[in-house]
Amino acid sequence: MAKAELMDYDRALELFEPVLGFEVHVELNTKTKMFSDAPNFFGGEPNTNVTPVDLGLPGSLPVVNEQAVKYSISLGLALGCSIAPSSRFARKNYFYPDLAKNYQISQFDEPIAFGGSVEVELPDGRLFTVPIERAHMEEDAGKLTHVGGATGRIQGAEYSLVDYNRAGVPLVEIVTDIIYGAEYDAPELAKAYVSTIRDIVVSLGISDAKMERGNLRCDANISLRRRTAPGEPPAKLGTRTETKNVNSLRSVERAIRYEIQRQAAILEGGGTIIQETRHWHEDTGQTSAGRPKSDADDYRYFPEPDLLPVEPSAELIEELRAALPEAPAIRRRRLKADWGFTDLEFQDVVNSGLLNEIIETTAAGASAQSARKWWTGEIARVANARGVDASTLVSPLHVSELVALVDAGTLTDRLARQVLEGVIEGEGTPDEVVASRGLAVVSDDGALIAAIDDALASQPDVLAKIRDGKVQAAGAVIGAVMKAMKGQADAARVRELVLERANA
Amino acid sequence: MSPEATRQHDLTRLSAADLASKLASREVSSLEVTDAHLDRIHAVDSDVHAFLHVAAEGARAAARAVDARRAAGETLGTLAGVPIAIKDVLCTLDMPSTAGSKILQGWVPPYDATVVRKLRDADLIPLGKTNMDEFAMGSSTEHSAYGPTHNPWDLDRIPGGSGGGSAAAVAAFEAPLALGSDTGGSIRQPAAVTGSVGMKPTYGGVSRYGAIALASSLDQVGPVSRTVLDAALLHDVIGGHDPRDSTSLKDAWPSFASAARAGQQNLSLKGLKIGVVKELGGDGFQAGVTQRFQEALELLTSAGAEVVEVSTPSFEYAIAAYYLILPAEASSNLAKFDSVRFGLRINPTGGGTVEDVMSATREAGFGPEVKRRIILGTYALSAGYYDAYYGSAQKVRTLIQRDFARVFADVDVLVSPSAPTTAFKLGEKLDDPLSMYLNDLTTIPANLAGVPGISLPVGLAPEDGLPVGIQFMAPAREDARLYSVGATLETLLEDRWGHTLLSQAPDLAPQEMFASEEGAV
Repeated sequence: MAKAELMDYDRALELFEPVLGFEVHVELNTKTKMFSDAPNFFGGEPNTNVTPVDLGLPGSLPVVNEQAVKYSISLGLALGCSIAPSSRFARKNYFYPDLAKNYQISQFDEPIAFGGSVEVELPDGRLFTVPIERAHMEEDAGKLTHVGGATGRIQGAEYSLVDYNRAGVPLVEIVTDIIYGAEYDAPELAKAYVSTIRDIVVSLGISDAKMERGNLRCDANISLRRRTAPGEPPAKLGTRTETKNVNSLRSVERAIRYEIQRQAAILEGGGTIIQETRHWHEDTGQTSAGRPKSDADDYRYFPEPDLLPVEPSAELIEELRAALPEAPAIRRRRLKADWGFTDLEFQDVVNSGLLNEIIETTAAGASAQSARKWWTGEIARVANARGVDASTLVSPLHVSELVALVDAGTLTDRLARQVLEGVIEGEGTPDEVVASRGLAVVSDDGALIAAIDDALASQPDVLAKIRDGKVQAAGAVIGAVMKAMKGQADAARVRELVLERANA
Repeated sequence: MSPEATRQHDLTRLSAADLASKLASREVSSLEVTDAHLDRIHAVDSDVHAFLHVAAEGARAAARAVDARRAAGETLGTLAGVPIAIKDVLCTLDMPSTAGSKILQGWVPPYDATVVRKLRDADLIPLGKTNMDEFAMGSSTEHSAYGPTHNPWDLDRIPGGSGGGSAAAVAAFEAPLALGSDTGGSIRQPAAVTGSVGMKPTYGGVSRYGAIALASSLDQVGPVSRTVLDAALLHDVIGGHDPRDSTSLKDAWPSFASAARAGQQNLSLKGLKIGVVKELGGDGFQAGVTQRFQEALELLTSAGAEVVEVSTPSFEYAIAAYYLILPAEASSNLAKFDSVRFGLRINPTGGGTVEDVMSATREAGFGPEVKRRIILGTYALSAGYYDAYYGSAQKVRTLIQRDFARVFADVDVLVSPSAPTTAFKLGEKLDDPLSMYLNDLTTIPANLAGVPGISLPVGLAPEDGLPVGIQFMAPAREDARLYSVGATLETLLEDRWGHTLLSQAPDLAPQEMFASEEGAV
């Protein structure tokens, strides 16, 4: 892949205004699929979680999952949308082997939710309102595996395998209106927007919302509009690209930044932007051209004749509205107070996108400060070094177990970092890593006393100083003991024992 | 004929209701009845070609099981042990289901259509699968990929379509009952041209789950039989809500058999107002068809009904709207036949991409009529044409529904000939799709409005001696009214004739044919 020419980001922003738009797909965690009673479970043996409906067998018919409708209404309400008293499914017709019926059942001109907005917090604490055009229900496609090519992509593959386990998984697609005014913060806004959507669906409990597993997928539309001198009319909107395969919050930010720099370089070099989908490559931090996309793509939408319109009662909508959890902005204010974080500490957490991890870690028993310290500290450091999202490395439950081990004195901070490393490497739970790596603090006073007596005996001058009341001299003995114990001792306890033995 | 052969012959001549009572009283066994029909199929189906698949062993095993349970004193359903033929558009676990298409040759579904499951639950005996126009596209069964079915009244003529196989099987005494599907007349028109009875229920009255879709908003499964009561008995078995079909109605339905029996017993139609649809008759209709239809109206009047003419101007546009809506939905419904998961797969020489394989498969697997309608439908749904074609057709549909609503405010049932002509000759309209499409002029409005329609025989056209059918239509959900009125007219006609119409059909069994040839000499 030829490396694209990139313009310096600051320079790009001087010349152009970035214009954004996002399509976020949320996989709902209903028990069964959108239109069949197959378990909504992606994974396992290929083509096992399927019914005749998911395979598009002749004669099969879809039936709408009522839970998915309720989840979609809740999500629509949380996005500040109006809920349509009557919405309809439509068929989006196109041939592709991951699409069992060669049409996708989606919503077209009559979505279930429309006209909302979401408040998003930028890294500097500024609030930005993202306009939501609509949220609609649809079914996911199956998964293709291309075999025989070098890259695992379709180009060069000998054949492709289809797994329909994912076919029919319920999705809500959230489509923003065109977003103006993000300016310099466009990449950060993108990340904050997706992070907020994630917070919303997690607090609603309607999706597992793991980006790395594809529960939450973001297609980012970007175009650049050339700035004009004051008094001149604004330039026309630029041609947009749609970047797909953006599978982490970090990637959302990077991909937007990259596309701004790439498009700016092309435009400034006299070139034109091609309307196309672009594929984000996490490893290289670049996008590559996908298939050309035009507004003339003809999906021959028409109302799905196998399904009746979705007509939720006003009572149901009000019931779901009453059950909505607090809005993310209000929730953040409450959490900050509950946790007693400083402005800086809290902003740090929000920017890291680790709010939910910290909530879950505290729910599992850890203190808010310990949870914050681990997630934004060591875990974030490892995640950065590896270029992945921190949430993918370790579960909140394991972090809370780690904190408990430290609180109980079983681990020192230093040992705990080694245990964390083991957990990240997949060696098991913190307890299992402690056992397998032999990392527990030596809490057997007998072993410590023997080492202390040895150290005191070999340093009689130090012993004398301690006995003269020069307590700081004990450091040398403590150091020797810790060395002898290979660090697996609680330094405070060693200190206590050294003073005790020296004055015995 | 040997006494044995005579007894078998007599069993195939009985109505389903009569068979059911003989089975219930254990005068005959289901195995005897089943064997009689299998023998009849063996004797005549090489000429008629009503069946694509005969499940002799499965049928006999099912019959033995029913006999054993009856012998053990179990009380079984009304039609338990009665054989039935199933249109090949319906999915069956133990028999291939091809919808008359090469693209599904040999495909055995992993599930039963809901109506088939209901047949089995009610202990009917599936004899096999009947021939049809490919994917139910046609009015003559000539578009079957497996060769045409022949009309038992004249083997050189079409049995109607798309359900020509089911109608011919019933008319040729190969089965007392059959299931059909009706998208624009595929139950009623074959019934009319074969002298049998066919009912298209209210849309949503019978589950579509497992019926290979032609046009989802028009398709409806229904009964085919030789008597109105038999159709009603079968409708009672297959009808009702199905949670697997979102368009199926949740209504509680009355007993259709009771409605038919009431119609047989009470022959007075006093208080019934019948509307003759002006647009569905007259010019362009075969003289003998119009004549028999008029005689039937006189009979209805003499029985006390008030017969008035009504006008439904929008019906003029029904065929045009139908031939946009149907192909549009069909083009999407038939997209799944792509070789990836089931059915035919043609791999072009030298391998190729998935697009190449899909194209080659669809090119080889679909017949010309199917391709014609896929192209029409794809065009009608295309950006820039949608409003002019599909959109306008839906508006016409609304107007037709309003016309029905308006006339049903005044009359109880509507009536028309079931088809403009009697059975035409095989091959006569094959090269003229528009003339073929016009044959469904009378039946299409009921599908566009979702209302029920029934066809029953009213005699033979004097000019060609072929059966003529009358069609009654009722408001949605008033299926029972059709069984009641239909049974009354049927009884009045048979009282006048002194026999059933189908008893006048030529007997196709080899010995009779031989005898008549001798007689001719």
